[in-house]
Amino acid sequence: MKMELIQPFINAADAVLSQGLQSPMSIENLSMEEEAYRFKGVAAMIELSGDIEGRIIFDLAPKTAARVASHFAGTQLPETDELVREAVCELANQVIGNAVAVLNDQGFKFRVHPPALHTSEQGPKSTEDTEALVLCFDTADGSVYMNIALRYHVSSSMAARAGA
Amino acid sequence: MEQFAPVKRSKDGQPVQYLIVDDSVFARKNLGRIIESFGGQVVGEAGDGLTAISEYDRLKPDIVLMDITMPQMEGIEAAEKIVQKTPEARVVMVSSVGYQENIVAALQRGARHFVQKPVKPEVLYEVIKYVLGEDGVVANAASAGA
Repeated sequence: MKMELIQPFINAADAVLSQGLQSPMSIENLSMEEEAYRFKGVAAMIELSGDIEGRIIFDLAPKTAARVASHFAGTQLPETDELVREAVCELANQVIGNAVAVLNDQGFKFRVHPPALHTSEQGPKSTEDTEALVLCFDTADGSVYMNIALRYHVSSSMAARAGA
Repeated sequence: MEQFAPVKRSKDGQPVQYLIVDDSVFARKNLGRIIESFGGQVVGEAGDGLTAISEYDRLKPDIVLMDITMPQMEGIEAAEKIVQKTPEARVVMVSSVGYQENIVAALQRGARHFVQKPVKPEVLYEVIKYVLGEDGVVANAASAGA
């Protein structure tokens, strides 16, 4: 994966989380993982197709998800509230939408698919991606994980342009 | 949440009526809270473009806040269909997918404005005033609670 693909997602996560939580955040950890991904709590997975394809997962421990959702909603939400799951999906939508806007204005064309919700309660579900960048953002409400597995589409003219 | 000077309809001094269209319940509730801080009234909600069209016909709101990426029918197509039938309809796109191509497409197909998510209340407030034009009036603080 090339950094030019990843950076817009990091910037978007920083902007969306900082604004929504009204506090600064930092990248606590960054690693490459080749094993199938196991969800940690409440996770929203969004797939991209087009010049760039793959998927991005936003994953929060249940307590963190409730705290973040409460912050965004402006009211205290219990972990079990359906709005908590909705909030994680909307958060993922906003981060990915903002990043996609930047990449699209750079000439990349793709489609963003609606988010799919996963929870750790559903069992050890995993994705089949072989290489993903995992970022852990440290926020005042807890850790927010973003797992990015993206690649240039093989037949895309953008791949040639990018030298992939 | 910050409170804004209420924006009312100039024709009758009543709250501006909104239809909120977004497939995310959370996003709809969030937008609803922002609208209420402007003194507005949410008269209806829809989770997809098709429902938005029928709800617009039924409710005839002053403003539609419309997401883009939705199931059944996407927001730009729904906006176009609403404006084709009711040219005076005021549709404001509210989406995180704010790239130039999308914005231009939305405006060309009838939307009056575009607001990027995450929505900053102060930005949406200015857009609402701009889109209402002479049909909206900012009430002063003394009459806000009336």
